Amino acid sequence: MELLFFYMFSAGIIGASLLMVTRANVIHAALLLVLTFFFMSGIFILAGAEFLAVVQVLLYAGGIMVLYLFSIMLMNVEVSVRLRQYHRQSFFAVAASLILIFEVWTVLGRGGSYPAFKGFSWQLGATPGNVEALGSVLYTKYLFPFEVASILLLAAMIGAIVLAKRTIDR
Amino acid sequence: MVSLTHYLALGAIVFVIGAAGVLMRRNAIIILMSIELMLNSVNITLVGFSRQWGDMTGQVFAIFIITVAAAEAAVGLAILVSLNRDRTALNVDEVNLLKW
Amino acid sequence: MIELAWLIPLFPALGVVINGFFGTRYTRDNAGHIASLMAGLSFLVVLGIASEMIFGSGGTHTIHLWDWISAGKFSVSIAFLIDPLSTIMLLVVSGVGFLVHVYSVGYLQGDPGYPRFFTYLNLFMLSMFLLVLGDNYLLMFVGWEGVGLCSYLLIGFWYEKKSASDAGKKAFIVNRIGDAGFLLGMFMIWILTDSLTYSEVFQAAPNMTAAGATAIGLLLFIGAAGKSAQIPLYVWLPDAMEGPTPVSALIHAATMVTAGVYMVARTSPIYAMGPGALEVIAIVGAVTAFFAASIGLVQNDIKRVLAYSTVSQLGFMFIALGVGAYATAIFHLMTHAFFKGLMFLGSGSVIHSLHHAPVEQQQDMRYMGGLKSKLPITYWTFVIGALAIAGIPPLAGFWSKDEILANAFFTGHYFIWGLGTAAAFMTAFYMFRLIFMTFHGEMRVDHHAREYIHESPYSMTVPLIILAVLSVVGGIIPGFPLEGGWIHSFLAPSLAKGGAGGHAASEAVQFVRVAVESGGGHEGPTAIILIILAIAIAVGGIALAWFMYMRNPAVPDDLASRFPGLHRLLLNKYYIDEIYEACIIKPIYRLMNSLWSFDANVVDGAVNGASLVTLVSSRFSGIFDLKTVDGAVNGIASMTKFFSQVFKFIQSGMVQNYLFVMLLGIFMMLSAYLFR
Repeated sequence: MELLFFYMFSAGIIGASLLMVTRANVIHAALLLVLTFFFMSGIFILAGAEFLAVVQVLLYAGGIMVLYLFSIMLMNVEVSVRLRQYHRQSFFAVAASLILIFEVWTVLGRGGSYPAFKGFSWQLGATPGNVEALGSVLYTKYLFPFEVASILLLAAMIGAIVLAKRTIDR
Repeated sequence: MVSLTHYLALGAIVFVIGAAGVLMRRNAIIILMSIELMLNSVNITLVGFSRQWGDMTGQVFAIFIITVAAAEAAVGLAILVSLNRDRTALNVDEVNLLKW
Repeated sequence: MIELAWLIPLFPALGVVINGFFGTRYTRDNAGHIASLMAGLSFLVVLGIASEMIFGSGGTHTIHLWDWISAGKFSVSIAFLIDPLSTIMLLVVSGVGFLVHVYSVGYLQGDPGYPRFFTYLNLFMLSMFLLVLGDNYLLMFVGWEGVGLCSYLLIGFWYEKKSASDAGKKAFIVNRIGDAGFLLGMFMIWILTDSLTYSEVFQAAPNMTAAGATAIGLLLFIGAAGKSAQIPLYVWLPDAMEGPTPVSALIHAATMVTAGVYMVARTSPIYAMGPGALEVIAIVGAVTAFFAASIGLVQNDIKRVLAYSTVSQLGFMFIALGVGAYATAIFHLMTHAFFKGLMFLGSGSVIHSLHHAPVEQQQDMRYMGGLKSKLPITYWTFVIGALAIAGIPPLAGFWSKDEILANAFFTGHYFIWGLGTAAAFMTAFYMFRLIFMTFHGEMRVDHHAREYIHESPYSMTVPLIILAVLSVVGGIIPGFPLEGGWIHSFLAPSLAKGGAGGHAASEAVQFVRVAVESGGGHEGPTAIILIILAIAIAVGGIALAWFMYMRNPAVPDDLASRFPGLHRLLLNKYYIDEIYEACIIKPIYRLMNSLWSFDANVVDGAVNGASLVTLVSSRFSGIFDLKTVDGAVNGIASMTKFFSQVFKFIQSGMVQNYLFVMLLGIFMMLSAYLFR
């Protein structure tokens, strides 16, 4: 059953993302990316990362993608639909990507010596569960990186304002 | 039973799709979205490892990656908006100021 | 109270943020008050913690804030360690630091860089607190680099002056040499003990081999020598006097330069395993003490005399460390912070009062004299400081310096003891030479500046008075009786017990203690003779200075003309800077020049030669056959075109091309993995 869902979600992710990178219309591509993120949150739930799954939907599909759509609205997208969509190197890019996939596949096929499967100690949806476990690691062991990440966001915010401001008064 | 290899394979495929998108598209917004896809593929691998080890560290790092992705999207889109002011289309192969 | 240790660095950090971001626009004239308030608040917290440590239970406390780096086996946390050693250091740093802040409010009033100065000063306090409080070597290194940076910024504070910015660079570069040693030592500690946290490292220290411990000790000592200005890395400290005088007092006398002493004392369990490193430290310290004191004899710049005196006193501290008397070293560090801080601030007061004199005369003692009546507070506090450093009982310097020399003597380092005693004699001499030249005799100040000479404002004299009081009582209270003082029992938990391999420092301590307390035993008379000798030497130095500069002022010139070589050698600081210039800097320049000329001659020559060959050959073939000429020229042109077409893609300026190359790189790495 788990395997079945995994394959379903994987097929969804791969299909939607393949469509995403080939669409000419930016809005279609953005919506397909949202769809990809929904499938990914399914994968996260399968892996026992419930909190991440929710964050994926709320933050990625809800937040970041809305940011994308807003920016698209600010720009003139109709022009670019009629233009050539692919870079001149795209043939080589696709070829290289296919070779890369083949190589990764070979590497994975060789297998490796992973430690035995451990899984998590909690049940799906139980309390205390994933969120508590995540929080207890994030706010103790990784408190410092967490604070640094907040500084990074602040810097990005200021940077975005400065960059997008219409005129920079000297 | 879903094994770690499944997650790694899925992550690799999504990563390469994203990379191909970055390399072959001309539209800057789609390139940014492809980068988001690449970042997410890393999340899939991290979550897979986290599940295998029974260790939360992977998920913590996935959260950090989401943070970085948000910052990247904000700055990247700001650059595109300001770039859009003096060009009609956002085609990356027309921007070659890196050439000296 | 101890749990609040995180407040100590927080206050200066706040000050940095306030003055750093809003200084030039908003806090301008209040920057000094804000910075002093922050330093004062830190000092209050330190006082609370210290009273708890001293009058309460003592012991060792770790305040764990959060994990900083955690990767596999390697983990470093941001954690503060409060134990007797760090308590003493905190008291010195925050106390002297606070007084210097207050003093600077008056001293730098009206300077265009006023807020910037106090930002740096607070940043320095922050770094110094991190250095002292950290519970692992990496955090100490952060503070270590931080104080180095602040030192650079503050020495070059008046950056319009070329000599100041040069001195800043010199300090920074010389310190970097030391830092490389510190880094390597840290790597070795990690390799040998799998940890950088003090408690874990010292637990593993007894299992170290002597060779490993000695190597760590020597590498760390390179770092200490850089920061604490020991031979051969002391050259930056005298030049550092280009900075504002409060900076010299705070950084280059009381706190930063003692970081090396603190680090060696902190690492004492490792040094106990590697006695060879301690021997080196003792010898370097003694030689430094002697050399620097001898240079100080003839300098005419008031601050340079004090700078060489600082180098010399740091040498004394390293003697103490080297003979295994760590507590004594820390004791001397403390008393030195009091009296040297006092004297630097006093010299600043003198310079401040002369600021109408020509710039090149403001610091030159030959253009001073007779200032005693004009600057009474400065004069009397300065005399107290000089008496303290000379080692006149019962002032502070006597207790700590005498303990150092006694320790050196009773551990059998007679040569080091001799050098130290000679340095002590010279110290007494040049300090009173300074006083007699500056404050006594006839006034030699420029006529225009005379009427402007006045005592400094209260914000400057009050710190002087407080430091003078500390210089009087700061030695006898913690240090009485000799070697049996309270400070030894207080510091004992933080330090290694003597040295393991042949270092009988603790036994020596016993000798002296017995000698002083009972006056009996066969070592007893020796110890008492040593003490009397030390006092006699101090008095002798002062008397000689009085004779040469008050009674019979012709003697110095007479001596200088009788031994011109020696005088010149001392006046030019043994030509050390010139030697470095010739042996290190010149060869590096030469290497760079030769590399450049290789580029200019060989590479360019090859290119030019190739074109010349083309030219000649085409000329030749032109003569030979007209058809071949056309063919060759066109061929070369089309080949050039072809290659440039190919290579053009390498730098297209398009990000996507570059990314594609990156992808190829991934492809190659995977292939290497597949086909290995």
